Amino acid sequence: MNISRRHLMILLPAAAVAWKHVLAGTPADSPNYQMSEHWWGMLIDIPKCIGCGNCVRACQTENDVPDGFFRTWVERYHRSDWHLENPEVISPDGGKEGFPVVKAGEEGMFFFVPKMCNHCADSPCTQVCPVGATFITPDGVVLIDQKYCLGCAYCVQACPYGCRYVHPEKKVADKCTLCYHRITKGLTTACCEACPTGARQLADLKNPNDPIHEFLKTHTVQVLKPQMATGAKAFYNGLDGSVR
Amino acid sequence: MSGVEGYIYPNEVTLYWSVLIVLYPYITGLVAGAFILASLERVFRVEAVKPTYRLALLTALAFLLVAPLPLILHLGHPFRSPEMYFTPHDTSAMAMFGYVYMWYLMAVLVFEIWLDYRREIVLLSQTSKGLLRLIYKVMTLGSSNISERALHIDDKVGWIVTLVGIPSAFLLHGYVGFIFGSLKANPWWSSPLMPVIFIFSAMVSGIAAVMLLYMATTKLRGQKIDMRCVDTVAMYMFYIFIIDFSLEMLDLVHRVYEADESFRTLNFLVHTKLYFSQIVVQICLGTIVPLVLLFLTQVVKLEEMARKRIYILSGSLALIGVLAMRWNVVIGGQLFSKSFLGYTSYKMALVTREGLLVAVGLTVLPLLFLWALVKLLPPWPDKSLHEAATGD
Repeated sequence: MNISRRHLMILLPAAAVAWKHVLAGTPADSPNYQMSEHWWGMLIDIPKCIGCGNCVRACQTENDVPDGFFRTWVERYHRSDWHLENPEVISPDGGKEGFPVVKAGEEGMFFFVPKMCNHCADSPCTQVCPVGATFITPDGVVLIDQKYCLGCAYCVQACPYGCRYVHPEKKVADKCTLCYHRITKGLTTACCEACPTGARQLADLKNPNDPIHEFLKTHTVQVLKPQMATGAKAFYNGLDGSVR
Repeated sequence: MSGVEGYIYPNEVTLYWSVLIVLYPYITGLVAGAFILASLERVFRVEAVKPTYRLALLTALAFLLVAPLPLILHLGHPFRSPEMYFTPHDTSAMAMFGYVYMWYLMAVLVFEIWLDYRREIVLLSQTSKGLLRLIYKVMTLGSSNISERALHIDDKVGWIVTLVGIPSAFLLHGYVGFIFGSLKANPWWSSPLMPVIFIFSAMVSGIAAVMLLYMATTKLRGQKIDMRCVDTVAMYMFYIFIIDFSLEMLDLVHRVYEADESFRTLNFLVHTKLYFSQIVVQICLGTIVPLVLLFLTQVVKLEEMARKRIYILSGSLALIGVLAMRWNVVIGGQLFSKSFLGYTSYKMALVTREGLLVAVGLTVLPLLFLWALVKLLPPWPDKSLHEAATGD
């Protein structure tokens, strides 16, 4: 077969593209999953959270999170006469084992706030990564390619919510993946599954049948630190103004 | 939890940018400052500082060679660092480091030094023996033409390189400031003034370093210090110091007056954990004292010995003050929680990869490089070479 120079010029780039696909492999685990059909976020219903720490434990088990670091954690706020404008905040071991029992007669209001990566649409962490090891997927999840991450921790500094850390053994950035290995198989996240009150709900903002659509239309929801303009997709119902 | 006060997000207990990241802007600042001093003579024709010209260039090169080391040593995966060159992320300020660094190293500093030393390199390649001869031969890059016309072209090209070098030096260090200043998540860092403050403090430290090195090396060689030169260098340091101090105070006053939601947290930090390093070392000892001393040399007619002592003291204090400034920016910016409700602590290790010993080693290493460079390319006039060139 004779290949002219012109044909070769056409074939070579095509072959390069094909070879790139071969190297990249195929997403065999989730053959029916279409990234373009989803835009993931999370709904956190603060009045429903009882601070049991199930979500933290489930996340640590599911994702092998190292001790002392957290992909998700729960904070307890206590507004009392002593702490009227600025409630007292605690999160012992990320709320993993729950919280100290409130003593009889201890006055004031208590509420729990689960925290996690906000999977921001305009995330500062992906912006600053020097090699693009952290990136946002077409379905709206911020992930880290840990085989590529340099471990420079610039993303840790750039996250306004304290959601990132450098894995003490792998020496790469680590954080919530929104259980991407689960949600692409049609499952929900480990934290949502473990939550006994439904305070955390995985939300697909692109799916009109997802209850998030109705919820967002009928409730007053807020994101953390809206002044940061990160396009955060962890939506909080009943968020107190003092929460940072 | 030990070292934690108040409430901090649980992932904030560990500080990820250590003393090595303090050294990185300090070292690049010395590079930029030394180069700006060199450009005073070359571009702005300040003849009085000529004795420091070559020493300033070699100092800049010695420190620039070490500049990437603290960055690379701090990485979780140092061997992946070349990825920043091969697959840089176009929205990341840090990704530009490799390019800015290589540009500054190869297109500016090495090129300018080569052009300036070309005549000596060619002569040394003819007069020296053994391994040195080979080294100088390689350094000629095959060009042994030192005719008057060739040297004139070198001079012209060198002038252009220095001209390009000034914005490059600003870029090199302004970019380091931008890495911090552009992070909206951190109110201690996030400021458009940050790159400008970094550049001016860099100039102060670089000029102070070259001034001290010039005085020390001249003394060691048993030569007389050119006081006209040192007076001029100190005068420039004083003026730039005033701009630097004004900018830092502007930043401070702006923060205090604006008093946004982070103010109470940062104010507490400055009055507690950063009190010694910021108020005492950076502002009082490292800025106000040298400024007052340098001011004295400008308005009072002092004896030569008194001026020398003042220059040594104020130069050393300025170097310490700028190092403290880098410390307060890098470490200080990680001591408070982004929840603004608590603080963590930094405990410097001694012998780890990011410990004190490595930091000291990285501070001494540029001086060793400088020693080697000075041996190879003496920055002062060599009589024997002059004789070789004129055939006497």
